[in-house]
Amino acid sequence: MSIRIDQKLCLSCGRCALVCPGGLIAQDEEKKAFVKYPKDCWGCAACLKECQSGAIRYFLGADLGGKGAYMYTRDEPDFLHWFIVCNGKSHKLTINKRESNKY
Amino acid sequence: MVRKLSEIVLKPCVLKLQPEILETDILIIGGGTAGCFSALTIAENSKAKVLIAEKAHIKRSGCLAAGVNALNAYINPGETPETYVDYVKKEAAGIVREDLVLSLARKLNQVTQKLEQIGLPILKDDQGNYVARGKRSIKINGESIKPLLAQAVQNQKSVQVLNRVNIIDYIVRDQKVIGAYGFSLEKNIFYVIYAKAVICTTGGAAGLYKPNNPGFSRHKMWYSPFNTGAGYAMGIRAGAEITSLEMRFIALRCKDTIAPTGTIAQGVKARQINSYGREYVDEYQECDQVQDNIEISTVLRLYATVTEKREGRGPCYLRTQGITEDQEQELYKAYLNMAPAQTLKWFEQGRGPRSQNVEIEGTEPYIVGGHSASGYWVDGQRMTTLPGLLAAGDVAGGCPKKYVTGCLAEGEVAALAALRYIGSGSTNKDVRLEPGEIQDKLDAVNQFFRNEQGPYDLDQVEEAMQKVMDEYAGGISAGYIMNRTKLQLAAQLIEELLKISQTLSAENLHELLKIHEIIDRLYVCKVLIAHLEARKETRWLCYQHDADFPAKDDLHWRKYVNSRYENGEVKIVLRELVKRDEIYEHSD
Ligand SMILES: Cc1cc2nc3c(=O)[nH]c(=O)nc-3n(C[C@H](O)[C@H](O)[C@H](O)COP(=O)(O)OP(=O)(O)OC[C@H]3O[C@@H](n4cnc5c(N)ncnc54)[C@H](O)[C@@H]3O)c2cc1C
Ligand code: SF4
Ligand code: SF4
Repeated sequence: MSIRIDQKLCLSCGRCALVCPGGLIAQDEEKKAFVKYPKDCWGCAACLKECQSGAIRYFLGADLGGKGAYMYTRDEPDFLHWFIVCNGKSHKLTINKRESNKY
Repeated sequence: MVRKLSEIVLKPCVLKLQPEILETDILIIGGGTAGCFSALTIAENSKAKVLIAEKAHIKRSGCLAAGVNALNAYINPGETPETYVDYVKKEAAGIVREDLVLSLARKLNQVTQKLEQIGLPILKDDQGNYVARGKRSIKINGESIKPLLAQAVQNQKSVQVLNRVNIIDYIVRDQKVIGAYGFSLEKNIFYVIYAKAVICTTGGAAGLYKPNNPGFSRHKMWYSPFNTGAGYAMGIRAGAEITSLEMRFIALRCKDTIAPTGTIAQGVKARQINSYGREYVDEYQECDQVQDNIEISTVLRLYATVTEKREGRGPCYLRTQGITEDQEQELYKAYLNMAPAQTLKWFEQGRGPRSQNVEIEGTEPYIVGGHSASGYWVDGQRMTTLPGLLAAGDVAGGCPKKYVTGCLAEGEVAALAALRYIGSGSTNKDVRLEPGEIQDKLDAVNQFFRNEQGPYDLDQVEEAMQKVMDEYAGGISAGYIMNRTKLQLAAQLIEELLKISQTLSAENLHELLKIHEIIDRLYVCKVLIAHLEARKETRWLCYQHDADFPAKDDLHWRKYVNSRYENGEVKIVLRELVKRDEIYEHSD
């Protein structure tokens, strides 16, 4: 369980580093974010939801059955879009933030 | 108000912290669920200055980081606060503070309304009533519950938030708590914070035991791995009375992702089956310590699963095969709102819950007062045995099944009590430490920067602690069962690790944090082992299953096992059960 950050997409805003509940993300000299402690990730996805550029990819470790798939998000005021990329195919799931769960 | 202690001269070292003194009326340690709500309550009811010291950032810190599933504690039509207490008492096999549960149950619905006011989506029917999910729960979209709470706190002018500050110990004078020490995770600052009252809301403790996924995904656990029992440990070191640590909490979760199972079990009514497809839980009813044939207890579902697996009938599953496509889509979304790894796992496998059952397993044991009864021994106002120190949420004991709304309710009770306390004239508000005392504490912290790298690093000490607890104090590999020989071995090994932990070396502030997290967990382990040894019966399967005393013994053990840490020893105190309508005050 962890995340990877694509520094090419990173806008150096620092928001992911600010919200991570474990303080696991740091920024380099150009303020680009990187995961300093990948094995300490809880998988809460707080960092993903902060990232405006979709630079943060959330994946399952091989010990959890990970095989290369990953997710990222795009946030809008009323919707949160999740993109799950798996075997070269991208699936989009949209959550209406104002609607409650059915379960 | 900030005063620099310029008279303090620090020895040269690699990295060193500089002291800074802050003052406030009420210090809240931990800006999580209970802490944020305490701050809101104080701001809305007084002009008192509040300082929240939070080790992460209140926007997403603590248990609520990923979001939650439902509000699990709500009094739906047909239920009453009294029936809520009856339920909690049954689930905890009698070892609860009924007075605390009742006071909290009476506030559940009111704090829920407040959550809705600050923006939490709650499902309603055509008449505008909340839709019941179970007898005592309602349906929400809990993804953004923490940012909503944090925003409400940030709107209050009288509340100052110190993010990225880790608190390490209380400042105690004449038996009263008058503040706390901490350090910044961003700047080399050592904080000395004075307050007229302190509310501890640091949550429970994870990472004591070897986790389900001990390798790369070691932090993919149910409870927040960043809640490392700091509040318990600080209380232990300061001599506060602690209750019921032996009532551990072990959750039944989806395998690997350790995601909640209730959403599937309640949402699509999936039953638990073993590898032969047999529904097994009902077969265990006579083992239930809780003795209730109407509702199957939480612990029995777990015990039944653990036993099926041990006897070779695993893996066990939630039978989801054959649910509808709509149901599958709803499950994907519900999990994204609280445990996104589970949705990713379904996609990664190329098969969702409609085409395969969901494997389940028991987690490692946690100490968490919001689910079980472990934590500070408090009076009816949530004052601990140290005057000036209140506790609320997962760190406070005696009151299981608080969940989110119970933590909010308790945060409110503690906040109002803190206001009464600071208005009462019994605070030590003008007492201050001598510069030499601050220097001593600061030296002890800076010592970790000065320590040379020894043979053992942080990861090794953590691994050793988790292994000891797993094998000798009833972890997963021991089937959650223990006996006295094992517990004594555990006690000895934890003592040795406590000594080693003092030799750890830090190169940066994050490592300094990790060292304190390990030391705190070792203190919790030490006291936990003493509690497990003290209760000479088996009160709860899995949570506290004692091979030396495998039966429940109501005659002798309808009691609280409490403890105080005195001169390096854990002193056990057994207390009689407190009644529902009793007004409990500390007397001895
Ligand atoms: C994954 C998960 C899912 C859950 N789902 C549900 C659900 O669906 N429904 C429900 O009702 N309940 C649920 N619960 C239970 C509920 O969320 C918790 O009981 C509740 O949030 C705990 O609140 P708290 O204030 O005690 O702790 P937290 O909200 O965790 O707050 C503790 C805070 O203290 C901070 N802190 C810790 N140590 C220090 C220190 N030394 N210095 C400074 N700050 C510190 C932490 O960073 C954190 O912000 C869930 C719990 C978990 C873990
Ligand atoms: S939130 Fe995204 S853009 Fe901002 S620093 Fe983090 S990775 Fe970069
Ligand atoms: S998923 Fe959560 S714990 Fe992991 S890096 Fe992101 S914010 Fe931190």
